[in-house]
Amino acid sequence: MTELTNLTIAEALKGLEGKDFTSVELTEAHINAGQEAKGLNAYITETPEIALEQAKASDARRAQGNAGALDGIPLAIKDLFCTNGTQTTAASHILEGFIPQYESTVTANLFKDGAVMLGKANLDEFAMGSANTTSYYGHAINPWTRGDGKDLVPGGSSGGSAAAVAARIAMGATGTDTGGSIRQPASFCGIAGIKPTYGRCSRWGTIAFASSLDQAGTFARTVEDNALLLQSMAGHDPMDSTSAKLDVPDFAAALTGDIKGLKIGIPKEYRVDDMPSEIEALWENGIAMLRDAGAEPVDISLPHTKYALPTYYIIAPAECSSNLARYDGVRYGQRVSSDDLTEMYEKTRAQGFGDEVKRRIMIGTYALSAGYYDAYYIKAQKVRRLIAQDFDQAYQNCDVILTPTAPSAAFAVGENEDDPIKMYLNDVFTVPASLAGLPGMSIPAGLDQDGLPLGLQIIGRAWDEETVFRSAGVLESAVNFTAVPQGIIRQAA
Amino acid sequence: MDKQTVMKVARLARIETTEEEAEKLVPQLGNIIGWIEQLSDVNTDNVEPLANVGDITLPLREDQVSDGDCAEKVLANAPEETQGFFVVPKVVEQEG
Repeated sequence: MTELTNLTIAEALKGLEGKDFTSVELTEAHINAGQEAKGLNAYITETPEIALEQAKASDARRAQGNAGALDGIPLAIKDLFCTNGTQTTAASHILEGFIPQYESTVTANLFKDGAVMLGKANLDEFAMGSANTTSYYGHAINPWTRGDGKDLVPGGSSGGSAAAVAARIAMGATGTDTGGSIRQPASFCGIAGIKPTYGRCSRWGTIAFASSLDQAGTFARTVEDNALLLQSMAGHDPMDSTSAKLDVPDFAAALTGDIKGLKIGIPKEYRVDDMPSEIEALWENGIAMLRDAGAEPVDISLPHTKYALPTYYIIAPAECSSNLARYDGVRYGQRVSSDDLTEMYEKTRAQGFGDEVKRRIMIGTYALSAGYYDAYYIKAQKVRRLIAQDFDQAYQNCDVILTPTAPSAAFAVGENEDDPIKMYLNDVFTVPASLAGLPGMSIPAGLDQDGLPLGLQIIGRAWDEETVFRSAGVLESAVNFTAVPQGIIRQAA
Repeated sequence: MDKQTVMKVARLARIETTEEEAEKLVPQLGNIIGWIEQLSDVNTDNVEPLANVGDITLPLREDQVSDGDCAEKVLANAPEETQGFFVVPKVVEQEG
């Protein structure tokens, strides 16, 4: 029998249905693999008891013929989703010990379909970061390594989710993506991940960072598995006023393998000056593969691309400063006591938040403060419209857009930490689609000279995840990415 | 961005910040704001600000109670609570 932890979700569902193994066996295999891979620090809270209980219940349902769409599939849940009765921290000290009394809609949907929760995955504090190095609970580590043996970052903010799926200690994972927090870690960890259209998944019960950008999505090792996960998570929710009242299409059915005549936009502005030649080559290769499959590459222009990052770094911090005002030491989380209320707030927040979160709150507070509001915040919202209009224009001439996911492969822990802007540049290719609310998917497309994975990103029209999945599926077949993290090879040998 | 501005912003954000920390933040925040200022190169005359993407009209619902009777749950994570209330330091001084 193939090792259970190497199966895809689609294969595992067949195996469960064919009684080749039980969900308890599948879940135990992943719990045990997780114990072997503790060094990755992929989880903030492991929940093996809950997982085994859910797996047992799943096996009972399947025996009665009542199995759901994801019944018995063990997943990692980003520790930004509130889980009823299980500590949820957002990787922040300020929420240490917080036990939600309700379930996020996304996790509720997954559990309704029978999914099993292995644990709460590590992330950057409040999802603010691109390397998973701002977590109060320690860095998550990428299972991929290069010659120098240094620990590499899994990307961020959903670093623990991506590391867990890449290391075969979870079959799939939830993530959230505000400016690239699913796509960039998927690229760094050699797996596939999708951020759907803003409004496709409910934000209810997902701890807020920047509400006009935050969107839940998925990680898995294949495009099809991502389609299965997103199918379960997505859908209208009256508890989130920006959740779209639209039917969720059958995403897996969109994987027809046929992209004949599809127009693939290649934005010239993404050819940045200092792009490594390997990434340039990877991109050219991807274009050639889609052309060979019958698609038609077309040159497009997204003229405001270079302004996307500075726009994002006004809007996201502004929304963050507002959203994070709720952490005041009164209703939940940590409190630093004082006789004076204001001092209690100030001490609680000073000790509860890490450096990057404080920087962003302060940038946001500054941008929203009297005298600066129009110059920064309103200006950024205007440029945001121009960025969104660029995409509208481009989609007059193409169906999807192909770009590199990130400007580099995974880097070592500690690199890019000297200057916040250096870290922000990781999201140069992912932020524009976030500002426009568009669906974007990263799939592994090759290895660099150090043997590290590199991803390509497919951006679709709003609400057209199906064409994204269809194109990604074709690219996935053409690339035939079979590399696995070095640690996994060692275990198999 | 100077130390005084950083201290003011920190106060507005309710984050206790020492003079020493503020000094460290001056170049960090200053660089970020300086980098962001390239947005002034973009002509945004007659452009409406975009507050939220998508063509979703925010829905209204009936003004009806749909939830409640869960004070215990609401208070379950409170650092300090008593008799169904959150407890905070005294904010109103008694006279006399």
